[in-house]
Amino acid sequence: MIRLTDVQKEYDNGTLALRGISLTIEDGEFVFLVGPSGSGKSTIIKLLTGEVVPTKGRIMINGFSMTNISERQIPLLRRSIGVIFQDFRLIEKKTVYENLSFAMRAVGATPREINKRIPYVLELVGLDGKVGCYPAELSGGEQQRVAIARALINNPSTIIADEPTGNLDPARSFEIMTLLERINRLGTTLVVVTHEKDLVNKFQKRVISLEQGLITGDGIGYNVR
Amino acid sequence: MKHDFTYFFSEGVGNMFSHGFMSFAAIGITVACLVVMGTFSLVAYNAEIQLETLESEYEILAFVDETFDDAQTQQVGHSLSKIANVKEVEFITKEEATESFEKKYENDYMLQDLDAEIFRDRYAVFVNDLNSVNQTAESIRNVAGVAKVRVDEDIAGGFIALRNVAGIVCLALIAILLVVSVFIISNTIKLTTFDRRDEIAIMKMVGATDGFIRWPFVYEGFFLGLISAVVAFLLQWLLYASVTKSLAMSDTMQLLQIVPFDTIWQPVMIVFGAAGILIGIGGSLTAIRKFLRV
Repeated sequence: MIRLTDVQKEYDNGTLALRGISLTIEDGEFVFLVGPSGSGKSTIIKLLTGEVVPTKGRIMINGFSMTNISERQIPLLRRSIGVIFQDFRLIEKKTVYENLSFAMRAVGATPREINKRIPYVLELVGLDGKVGCYPAELSGGEQQRVAIARALINNPSTIIADEPTGNLDPARSFEIMTLLERINRLGTTLVVVTHEKDLVNKFQKRVISLEQGLITGDGIGYNVR
Repeated sequence: MKHDFTYFFSEGVGNMFSHGFMSFAAIGITVACLVVMGTFSLVAYNAEIQLETLESEYEILAFVDETFDDAQTQQVGHSLSKIANVKEVEFITKEEATESFEKKYENDYMLQDLDAEIFRDRYAVFVNDLNSVNQTAESIRNVAGVAKVRVDEDIAGGFIALRNVAGIVCLALIAILLVVSVFIISNTIKLTTFDRRDEIAIMKMVGATDGFIRWPFVYEGFFLGLISAVVAFLLQWLLYASVTKSLAMSDTMQLLQIVPFDTIWQPVMIVFGAAGILIGIGGSLTAIRKFLRV
């Protein structure tokens, strides 16, 4: 579960990114986080992944309190979250298999566990047969599927996707979102940051709208107030 | 989480090859710094040896009273050898002194075929520490049977000053070279890891601990340092051998006593190895520190 209570975030340069927001996302939910640039979407992601700490307020995610989380606990928190980025962030010099296996190695998985898990996840994202390819040999949609596979590989309870379709055409975007919805049906909590109104409206899911650091809407579909 | 040696080792070695150009740059800079420092240290070491040789040849002459017989003269030598700071005492007869004098002035016919009786028997006294040469000379003067003492304080003072200046200059230059080398090497390795900041950020994002991220860099730094040390050692050897050969063939410089590389290769290898590995690992760890703060 994710719970933000009266969270404020002011950066060192004086920018007030969040002005006291509160929200709760239950386990297994699929939530879109929408809003224009500078509305505070990215700050929420950074707060949830432990990249920044709140100036005020409380954040609980997957049992970790972000207000007083220790340096040693941050890797443990991140293992409970899978993160997907707009620019995929794959390691160019590693194959698909290596991009996934290093994420499993990082959390102490054995070679046997890795060899068992990778084919399963690649099949789930529709990439079986691409195991030996390098990212440069894949299309944008396929690269994003690898990034999704990497986010899924350690079986996290929550996946946070930051503009996962930002670099893709509408058809590929729909495919990726459908894949995320499928993953959500398997029980994983999904938080998807996007500003693609049409795409959001194709999926009848909860939408949290942000503007200038405040929540301006929370309900099913875009532009709900 | 246990130390996954096989994984860290293969990642470290793999990274070294996959970032070939930057590895080459890091090795090149480290080799250059090690060879410059090594050359300077070896020059300083040879200068020190040269100075020690010259110092060991410095002597105080103690002239024996001409009224003393052989037994008494021998007793004087015995007393001289017991003085503190005296390393060695060498007896020179008046005949040997005459011969040496005539040889020194062999071009002056007025100073040839001299009567040995105008010279005195003498002892050449060699000391351990030139700093105490005055006190030692005073003790020699107090020995019964020593008629006169000749001590060249200026030469002793010159040696002491030279050694002090050389010591300070050597230390200062080595310290400056060391700081400059560490700065250059650490910046070169920083450049190599800058290339991989995204990789580190991804590792952090999937929940890798700082230790897990660091270990491949430690192995990579170890191997970069080790390779640099081996290359630098071989280059240093070649350089030293060619300089030694050139000096031996030179008419003016062949008097210099150059320490053979055979006698110093082990300490040189150990110092190069330790310095290379420390610089490699230290440079890698310093360079990735900034990128771990994600």
